[in-house]
Amino acid sequence: MNIVIPIKQVPETSDVKMDKEKGTMIRDGVQTVINPLDLYALEAGIELKEKFGGKITVITMGPPSAVKALKEAVSMGCDDAILLSDKQFAGSDTWATSYTLAEAIKEIKDYDLVVAGERATDGDTGQVGPGIAAWLDLPLATYVSSIESVEDNSIVVERLVEEGYQKLKLPLPSLLTVVKEISNPRLPTLRGKKRARATEVPVYTAESMDLDSDSLGLNGSPTKVVKIDFPKVTRGGVKVAADGESGAGEAVDRLIDFLKEKELI
Amino acid sequence: MKELWTIAEQKNGKLKSVSFELLSRGRKLAEDLDAQLCSVLIAGKITDETLQELIYRGADRVYVVEDERLEDFVAETHSNVLADLIESYQPHTILAAATSSGRTMMPYVAIKVNTGLTADCTELAIEEETQHLLQTRPAIGGNIMATIKTPDHSPQMATVRPKSSRPLPADSERTGEIIRLDLKEALIDSRVQVLGIRKDEENFTNIEEADIVVSGGKGMRKEENFAMLRQLADHFDAVIGASRDAVDRGWISYPHQVGLSGKTVSPKLYICAGVSGSIQHLAGIKTAEYIVAINNDPDANIFQVADFGIVGDLFEIIPELNKKLEKVKKGDSN
Ligand SMILES: Cc1cc2nc3c(=O)[nH]c(=O)nc-3n(C[C@H](O)[C@H](O)[C@H](O)COP(=O)(O)OP(=O)(O)OC[C@H]3O[C@@H](n4cnc5c(N)ncnc54)[C@H](O)[C@@H]3O)c2cc1C
Ligand SMILES: Nc1ncnc2c1ncn2[C@@H]1O[C@H](COP(=O)(O)O)[C@@H](O)[C@H]1O
Repeated sequence: MNIVIPIKQVPETSDVKMDKEKGTMIRDGVQTVINPLDLYALEAGIELKEKFGGKITVITMGPPSAVKALKEAVSMGCDDAILLSDKQFAGSDTWATSYTLAEAIKEIKDYDLVVAGERATDGDTGQVGPGIAAWLDLPLATYVSSIESVEDNSIVVERLVEEGYQKLKLPLPSLLTVVKEISNPRLPTLRGKKRARATEVPVYTAESMDLDSDSLGLNGSPTKVVKIDFPKVTRGGVKVAADGESGAGEAVDRLIDFLKEKELI
Repeated sequence: MKELWTIAEQKNGKLKSVSFELLSRGRKLAEDLDAQLCSVLIAGKITDETLQELIYRGADRVYVVEDERLEDFVAETHSNVLADLIESYQPHTILAAATSSGRTMMPYVAIKVNTGLTADCTELAIEEETQHLLQTRPAIGGNIMATIKTPDHSPQMATVRPKSSRPLPADSERTGEIIRLDLKEALIDSRVQVLGIRKDEENFTNIEEADIVVSGGKGMRKEENFAMLRQLADHFDAVIGASRDAVDRGWISYPHQVGLSGKTVSPKLYICAGVSGSIQHLAGIKTAEYIVAINNDPDANIFQVADFGIVGDLFEIIPELNKKLEKVKKGDSN
């Protein structure tokens, strides 16, 4: 079973600076990690490979430094890595990102499954996975929380929805986006790290993939950021201590008054 | 006349409240846009009487594609149907709820009809000069609010967080038309099969659609202690949430997890006890209207975002609160 896993490199903390002109993130000087929600996709993929054989190709679209995320994925147990990097890709929205990733996945050709994260912690849209499926016309299951079985060119999964867990049977190839419940990500091993160091990461560009520049990056993105605001982090609410003489009683009374005043009870 | 569409959702012939929330947002926008407000439903089986409710809640027109084979959400088929409707009617704007199906179908359709899409909007407005939809959404864990538009493509598409607006009261004087459309066979994609639905707990509650969420964190100490949170939740008709630490310890199941690797909630009221307020937890609650926190550490980060905080032992406060709420309910407030 050959699996493709698109991962994203994201800033380590939620402490990010923005370019107010362009409405994009300033990435310089910020520590980066694999999007934590992509670790669940990586682990789910690695577990499938361990059961059914095959290989995992991990891909990312990002700056040259995103090779670090790819190498880390290899050190966890992925086999091949591809970096999509080109100045023309910069500033892509989810339309342009999913287009570019889909074109790269087409070049990989021989795959049975694409496993993406539920969403990236920076852009936080969850649109890229379904977008890739649409470009490639792949059957899609989002919010997958477990993989029940794989057989006869099909896969049975459960996905977490409002009413419970919906069980789906999809033909292969198809695309899954996964949630935390699906796996417990492993740490890289020493052997893995060694292999990662030796792994060559090919770089795909707009030219190498023969892509039309009108569909790429900021220019090719249908959505444009027009304004960025920084909401107040603190709400400046009331804080009542419950340790005084009157203890919990008075604090609770005040809370009930607050709830009544806001018409919450 | 231009049309502004909102995507309605149903289960077993009953409309979900997100359908009405979207109409109340859509009503104002449709007026600014001078457009007809249309509710679109792709459903299994639904009566005219039920559909009438969409009109009472703000719709001028209801498009419904009804077929038994549409009862369960299947990404490909539902997306095909919506894309086909878009092609036929060319709506100006489409709003869907940021539910599991909305967040699956909308990005799929946006690619198919070649337009942009903004996820999880909390504010929407019409730009006067251009009539573009201004779509404002929290990003990067709620640390920024980005306003986005789609200047050169149509339709304008956005998903909206459930509970981020109130339904309009039902007005039975309102009139509108219901247009039933047949499901075109060619739009059915039979590649994916729905095998069924499993509910883990007796009341599989969806925390994203709740008005009030009562959450417990590591400070709850053990699974049994969630009983008093449940009691608290019952006073409000609320559902139970939890921090990741509480979920990872097995005190409660994953569907209850709030935060970065769990769910984002926008309830009217979020009450949490024994939750420290890590950035990852806060990322899931920043759009709550009111936050109440109970924590015995006066410096806990959760107090930064709380509208009302109690510094104290939750094992004293919650039972006391339960007792007093019981009294309030009985009508003698003291
Ligand atoms: C990639 C990633 C994703 C994550 N995703 C999530 C997520 O989705 N959701 C999430 O919640 N976390 C998430 N986390 C984990 C997060 O960083 C914190 O570890 C977690 O939120 C802490 O949970 P807690 O507040 O319950 O526990 P703690 O941080 O241990 O806080 C417990 C609190 O209880 C208080 N307390 C203890 N006893 C009492 C008492 N008797 N009375 C009153 N108060 C008491 C303490 O003062 C303390 O503040 C994520 C982390 C990472 C790295
Ligand atoms: N630049 C990227 N390169 C590779 N994969 C990506 C990229 N952006 C998003 N993804 C994948 O799409 C998922 C959803 O991302 P998003 O839609 O940005 O929230 C992520 O968890 C990744 O699996």
